[in-house]
Amino acid sequence: MKSKLGEFTKGIIKDNPTYVQVLGMCPTLATTTSAKNGFGMGLAATAVLVMSNIVISAIRKTVPEKIRIPIFITVIATFVTIVDLVMHAYTYSLWKTLGLFIPLIVVNCIIMGRAEAYASKHGVFDSLLDGLGMGVGFTLSLTILGSVRELLGNGTIFDIPVWGKAFNVFAMILPPGAYLTLGLFAALFAAIGISKGERAKKKAQQAQKVGEQK
Amino acid sequence: MKLLTSPAPHIRTADSTADVMLDVLIALSPAVAAATYFFGLQAFILSIAGMISAELIEFFIMRVLRKDKNFVPNGSAAVTGLLLALNVSVATPWWVLLIGVLFAIAIVKHAFGGLGQNIFNPALAARIFLLVSFPTAMTTWYPPIGKFFGTYADIQTTATPLAVLKLEGFNSAMQKFTYTDLLFGNIGGCIGETSALLLIIGFLYLVLRGRIKIVIPATYLGTVFAISSIMYLVNPEKFGTPLFHLLAGGMMLGALFMATDMVTSPMTLKGQAIFGVGCGLITMLIRYFGGYPEGVSLSILLMNAFVPIIDRYTQPKIFGRRKS
Repeated sequence: MKSKLGEFTKGIIKDNPTYVQVLGMCPTLATTTSAKNGFGMGLAATAVLVMSNIVISAIRKTVPEKIRIPIFITVIATFVTIVDLVMHAYTYSLWKTLGLFIPLIVVNCIIMGRAEAYASKHGVFDSLLDGLGMGVGFTLSLTILGSVRELLGNGTIFDIPVWGKAFNVFAMILPPGAYLTLGLFAALFAAIGISKGERAKKKAQQAQKVGEQK
Repeated sequence: MKLLTSPAPHIRTADSTADVMLDVLIALSPAVAAATYFFGLQAFILSIAGMISAELIEFFIMRVLRKDKNFVPNGSAAVTGLLLALNVSVATPWWVLLIGVLFAIAIVKHAFGGLGQNIFNPALAARIFLLVSFPTAMTTWYPPIGKFFGTYADIQTTATPLAVLKLEGFNSAMQKFTYTDLLFGNIGGCIGETSALLLIIGFLYLVLRGRIKIVIPATYLGTVFAISSIMYLVNPEKFGTPLFHLLAGGMMLGALFMATDMVTSPMTLKGQAIFGVGCGLITMLIRYFGGYPEGVSLSILLMNAFVPIIDRYTQPKIFGRRKS
């Protein structure tokens, strides 16, 4: 059971698709002008990711090796169309702001990557957990990125005023702000990874020393 | 006999980074004096605040974040902070300047590896960051009226000569500003860019001390002069005279102190000439046809991005080898 949980949680911090794997940069940079947009984009991608992972995992044994990529894309495109139409019907304003980036989920490297690297090799339930974990990681990353940019650029988070117009660094909601925030967060995640690795090393060394003394 | 081999450099100068930076600060002091004379105590406070905050931020980054226990401030951050302060309007709030300094030192300089590693000139990159982030504060200009104390809140704003040229034409600009005003700095603009004469004096000091790449300012100003001469013959009312373009805006500050930054300009003489001509071309393109009235900082930043490739294609031939 613990390993099943690991399939889910690895996508959130250790293999975070945005800050650690640096995948799916196009929607990440383009749609995180506000927390709401980032969150919506993340949810849409998560829905597609989970469903396509399930289907691709289910059909993985019947798909011929040589034409697997076109088949994966067809599966993904089907779900993207569903998500696109659902968002058009129920969240019209969000659908309008995200615009082209919803159809572009078809070629999102996270979804393609998970289909190719994971779902086509693992069982249905594992693939579901993997897709869900990666999707949650992606959504969280985009929401954090969007929140920071919205807070610094517009003084609000999820349209709730924090300090409002008192302090607005306008560049943060422009493209440069996306690169800056993304770079700083990637550095933060790298720093966490490095310090974790060092701590693990130290622990291993200490354990070795203790072992030698015994 | 035992022979030792070691890689270059074999001859080292006794000058440290701190010596060079001190000279640059001395060279900029006439400009600070002019800024204080024209824009009052506030300009002086901004200059000092820029220098001190830059040094403090760099000290913190080196000692705490980069864990360099032996770091001693060398003045390079102070130069960046001062150049940025000279590049803002006198009415800029102190916290806007602080954000600019933080951006310059933390992101543009240290995120790229610190002193000697940055691709872009930190002061200029920060200036553009501020210009994009705080368009109102960064483009509200006040006339130099010798108001020494107090704030500028009750004074009517003015336009810079280049903005007048862009919006109203050359005749109108000449009615409002004389060449003497442009030369001495009796015009609206960034606090450090207005006085062309005092910037040139500071530059001459650096040249006498052998601290500066003279090819870049020469080719930069030469290109501007050549292009504006041609355009003057095409349409004098719209494009203005060459002298006007050399003295107005940030031309002197940019060409003499920003483009010549040791880290972000090419190494060979040929490369420096290409760099200067490129800066001049882009500056004039922006001034004539761009959305902003002034293009000095953008042009230098753009050419900064080309420096690695310029250096690559202007490598000197290795002595004793044939052309391949």
